[in-house]
Amino acid sequence: MSGRGEGGVISLRGRRTGQSRTTARELAHLSDEAVVALVERSDEQALAELYRRFGRLAYGLAFRILRDDALAQDAVQEAFLGVWRAAGRFTAERAKPSTWLLTLVHRRAVDLVRREERRRTEPLQPETEPAGAEAADEAELATQRQAIREALRRLPAEQREAIELAYYGGYTQSELAERLGQPLGTIKSRMFTGLARLRQDLGEDAHARFGPA
Amino acid sequence: MNDGSPHELSAAYALDALDGDELEAYETHLAGCERCREEVASFRETASTLAYDVDLRAPPETLEHRILAAARAERPNVVPLRQRVAIPAAALSAAAAVAAIALGIWAVHLSNSLDRQKSIRKDQKALIDILSDCSKTPTSGSSGAVCVAPTEKAVLIADSLPAASPDKTYEAWVIVGNSVQPAGLFRGGAGRKYILLTEPVRAPAKVAVTLEKRGGVPAPTSAILLQAQVRPS
Repeated sequence: MSGRGEGGVISLRGRRTGQSRTTARELAHLSDEAVVALVERSDEQALAELYRRFGRLAYGLAFRILRDDALAQDAVQEAFLGVWRAAGRFTAERAKPSTWLLTLVHRRAVDLVRREERRRTEPLQPETEPAGAEAADEAELATQRQAIREALRRLPAEQREAIELAYYGGYTQSELAERLGQPLGTIKSRMFTGLARLRQDLGEDAHARFGPA
Repeated sequence: MNDGSPHELSAAYALDALDGDELEAYETHLAGCERCREEVASFRETASTLAYDVDLRAPPETLEHRILAAARAERPNVVPLRQRVAIPAAALSAAAAVAAIALGIWAVHLSNSLDRQKSIRKDQKALIDILSDCSKTPTSGSSGAVCVAPTEKAVLIADSLPAASPDKTYEAWVIVGNSVQPAGLFRGGAGRKYILLTEPVRAPAKVAVTLEKRGGVPAPTSAILLQAQVRPS
């Protein structure tokens, strides 16, 4: 594996120094959908561009769930390879590329956390490490983060708890029922009502921000 | 598993909070429930926004290389895009232009129906699919080209056809022998336009453009303004 990996790294660098710099710039102007369409055509530069756009978000999510660098890397790698393998099956009608990719990361991270029995002691504790990031790329992410944070804050506490433990903690609904000492039915409906409320809230928020002036 | 409606499980499923038998049973249910699939897709989108409330964390630099190397190892016969297509630079900048245009439209129509957005995304993806792997035939008459993908799907590239007046439209045609099929309407205007043809182009065939009355006509009624003779490659 390492031999193959090294070979890949070298040839990639070789191409990067030459003509592909223009390609990278061109790719930077494409929509996420367009980048995925190129990944579908086995375009490595497009895969690299997808990684440039979502790598840190993907890794941040995986790390939050797994609390382990090596496992988080595995989850991210599997997710990107999932896009690479399945790009042909992507249907634009079904999901945005970011949703698709983050879904793959999440599922993989949750699988790993369950397999590893690596239960985080306090999954709700927010990360404290600041992101040393490029401002231009960050503006949109920061807006998204602000929106979701506020939406979460507006949820009734028990709904927020169920959603956060499930999403960031990787707990199943049955585990949650046990952990919170609630009937399974209660957990189900907290998740459902909470997520439906978030959806509505975020939808209205997006409309307020981007809708007609 | 059977307490409550399975529909309520769409949220838990979107949060990846089902496992084992529950997961299996729900996925079986999902396979036969279109409404549930839509609900899950919509909940997935909401759930994935939760990822944005995680602090960004720079992964080790080696991860990108690892991913790309693993991707390459899975498809050893992958040829970089640039070497594979006849007009890569043009195709890619074309793709970029299309994406920019589509994004513009997208932003304007954000408050419009979802269907509209879906169809723009679909067209954009189709355009890029074609442009990234097609053979190109220049047009005579007004300048432009026709790009035909191996799938026979085609894009007409028209350079600076003057914008059609409001009561008129440009209409593209695919002509094979005596068969003349309408293949799409467009308005023209300054700059380069990409028109996804609605008819396949099976060489040898001719692609032509005429100016017709608004709404288009079933058969051309005016002179050909530009045309390309697409030959078998």
